[in-house]
Order: sequence, then structure tokens, then C-alpha cells
Amino acid sequence: MGLQESLASGKFVVTAEVGPPKGTNIGEMMADADLLRGRVDGINVTDLQSSVMRLGSLAVCHLLQEKGFDPIFQMTCRDRNRLALQADLLSASVLGIKNVLALTGDYASLGDHPQAKPVFDLDSVSLIQAIKKLGAGTDMVGNPLHGTPQFFVGAVVNPGGNPLEAQIIKMEKKIHVGASFFQTQAVYDVGAFEKFMKRVAPFKVPVMAGIILLKSAGMARFMNKNVAGVFVPEPLIQKMAKAEDRAKTSVEIAAALIKDLKGLCQGVHIMAIGWESKIPAVLDAAQV
Amino acid sequence: MLLSQQKPLEEILGFLEGEKNIFILGCNGCAEASGTGGRPQVEEMKRALEKAGKKVTGISVVDFLCQKALVQSRFRGKTKEVKEADSILALTCGVGVQAVAAVSAKIVHPGCNTLPLGGMRGEWQGSERCRECGECVLDLTGGICPLTSCSKFLLNGACGGTTKEGKCEVDTEMECGWRLIYERLEKLGKLDRLRQIQEPKDHSKMLPPKGLRNSERWALEQGK
Repeated sequence: MGLQESLASGKFVVTAEVGPPKGTNIGEMMADADLLRGRVDGINVTDLQSSVMRLGSLAVCHLLQEKGFDPIFQMTCRDRNRLALQADLLSASVLGIKNVLALTGDYASLGDHPQAKPVFDLDSVSLIQAIKKLGAGTDMVGNPLHGTPQFFVGAVVNPGGNPLEAQIIKMEKKIHVGASFFQTQAVYDVGAFEKFMKRVAPFKVPVMAGIILLKSAGMARFMNKNVAGVFVPEPLIQKMAKAEDRAKTSVEIAAALIKDLKGLCQGVHIMAIGWESKIPAVLDAAQV
Repeated sequence: MLLSQQKPLEEILGFLEGEKNIFILGCNGCAEASGTGGRPQVEEMKRALEKAGKKVTGISVVDFLCQKALVQSRFRGKTKEVKEADSILALTCGVGVQAVAAVSAKIVHPGCNTLPLGGMRGEWQGSERCRECGECVLDLTGGICPLTSCSKFLLNGACGGTTKEGKCEVDTEMECGWRLIYERLEKLGKLDRLRQIQEPKDHSKMLPPKGLRNSERWALEQGK
């Protein structure tokens, strides 16, 4: 069952992500993906995450597709104008890729090529519009296509965004133009997330809560200070600080979060950032 | 108004390698206001070049180097000095350098870098910026331009990169433009305007209109 079917079935859906390597050695990444076989409903492939030049998302999605996974093609507006974005969507379609996650993208200067020209010809909303338009048989300006790509389109939302109402208005716009599911920024504060879910429940669009595995107390503090919309409550930081086996504690924290989130949203999206091997243990402990 | 900054002397001397006689041009317009190409800077450059072993055949500070007719008339009075020079060093913006190059058979070296204005326009330079996009959206955004106040020129609301303090992920000293727009519309009781889907910009409208390429002055320059 792929992502779309899993979400439609009403089961609690799990996605994870792999980060393409900087270079052409794909062995480790493919091994990470193999650890997830049978445990996740889809695998996100990041698009030059953090604006760092690396292997592209499209090729990796294709490799995962060939191995029987259901890849989620992440597409940002940072590096391609509307011509290139539409062309890559056609390319993804002929390679059999079904899911696209449309994002604005980090700014170019935050990565390892700060000299690069940032594009942002489209934004996340107009990118979703473009995807839907291709699916309806024309390009963005209305020229007919010979063969139309059909995608299951997702988007992102930041439940910890400031101001939250602005995030929600933008979420509604994304739904209005065709987003069928949402993945969120990392959630650690279940209470705040519950309020967010109450607010967006009327939209009736599946939301998958983001889970980032904590690697240390320092990482949690760093995120609190530097990552927009992420708040790790102090008790969790203390738990990590006192942990004898940090990986074990991290898995416990993630599993407990997922258990709490189960009744609140339609799934979770796990971002392991190098700890992909711990995902099966998290899912076992969370009983999903 | 264009903002310029003088290039480092080493870079300028690099341009002048193999050349002995230099004519220096300054500009009493924006370059003077920027403190990069007015008379004091031209004289200072003359001393610096002479110290580096060059011969400065002459200097001239023109009111607006971007005006080719003015440059030409000034050259007429300095024919000998200009002719004697291997090249011209122009302490001015990128427009000025091109204008001088257009009316001169000499190599024209830029003495300055023209700095980005990020859409800064107008006589009184505040924080308001205009990108001259040809499709004004200010009515929907509370009078704050998303093209100049948002690093990513987003049209449909903030990205996920607004910091906890409401700043921009690109530069934490910069306000998130979309937060400002949100707060302004909230204050005006017009948050509904944010719900309107904004179509992507028509970048062809950002090219200079044909009319500007056919002005009276343009016709004069072309000898029409």
C-alpha cells in the first residue's frame, strides 16, 4: 500500500525520510532505506536539504521506486524557475513517482553555496497550483500536454509558527489549491500540537506530525534557539542530559511522543537525520 | 540614486597594469553623494595613482556621468588629456561607466562597485522599497511590499523560516516582512486579504517598457 492508499484507509500512517549524499556513493542511503522496508508508508527524499548541494531528489526517488518503496519527491522553489519545476514534474511522472511535497525551501545563503542566485520564482502555494494544473492537462500558461502527470500532493505547515494564525491561513491556501496531506515541523509539545489540531480539524486534510529524533540535550537546546517553530520542553532536555544511553533515551522519547500523537493526527513523519537505523525500534516501542 | 563603493586600490591598479597614462573621471551626481566619485575622491585617486608610478593626464568631474551628452561636451574641452591617456578610470556607478564607454574610444575602467539598493527608491530613503514589478500588490498586503520585505519574494505568506523573534532566517537582524504584513492587516482588521491566492509574478513586466527605450533623450543620442 502506498502513501495515498494508506492515508485513505484511515490507518495511522508513518513516513520517514532519507537524505541524499553529497557525492555519488548511494550505498549507505539505500541501506538506510532498506531498514525501513515494510515499516513505513512512504519515504520523503529531501531536495538539497539546508541548501547544501548534493545528489538530487528526483534520481533518488526513482531509485527508491525501483526498490519497491513509495517515494515522496520533495520539491523546493529555491533552485528552479517555473520552467524547470514543471519539467521536473513531468520527469518525475514518467519515472513513476506519485507523491510530491511542495515547499518554499531554505534560503540559498544558509547552505554551502551562499553565493548562489536564489530563484523563488514560484512559492509553495503557486507550486501546488502548477502541479494541479499539469494534472488537469495543461502547463501553467494553459498549453495542452500530451499525457498528464497525476500526483498526490502534500505540503508542510509549522504548528509552532509565529504568528500561528498566519501559518494556518497559508495552510488553508495550500488546501484550497490542492494539497491533500500535510507534514509538520518537529513536534515535542503535545499540548500545543493538540490545540493546533483542534484549530485545523475542520479542514479535514490529513496531518502527519513531524518527529525529529533528539540526539543530545545540546541538539534540543540548539533547536529551541535556532529552529523556527520548534520547542523542546525542558523535561525532555533533562531526560537527554541525564541519559546513560542517549540513543535508547531518544528512542523512548520519540516512541512516547508518537503514542501521545496517535489520537490527535493521522500519522507521523520521522526525520532521523542519520539515525535511520533507530526508526524500527521507535516504531516497535510506539506499537505502530 | 545609485549607491556606489570605491573598489580597493589594488584591484584598480590591477586593471591599470601595463598602462602608464590615465585620465580620471568623477561624477557630481550619485557618486559624489556616495562619497566615491566627487572632486575630493578624484583628487585622492590622482595622488594614489601617481604614487603607484602612473601619470595622470587629467581629471574631470562631470555633473552626471550617466548623461552622455554632458560627458561628450566635457571631453571636448579636454581633448588633449584624454587622447594622451591609455585609459579612463571612472569613479562612478555602473551606468556612468557604460555611458562614458559609449562615447569614448578608450578603455574605461570602473573605479567603483555599484551596490544593490534592494528596491530602494525615492528622494527620502527610508526602509520602504519598490521592486518596480509592474503589478502592484500593496492593496492586499497592508501597504508593505512582499517583494522587497521578504527575502524570498514570497507572495502567499511567510515561509517556515520566521524566527521565534519574528525575524528572517536569512538575516536575524531583518524583520520577517510577512510578519509585518500580518500584523499590519490584523491591526486594520483586514486579515482576510491574506486568504486571496496570489498568482506568480509576470516577470516580463519587470523589463523596462518600450517607452523608456524611446525617450526624447534617447532619440537625441541616436542623432534622430
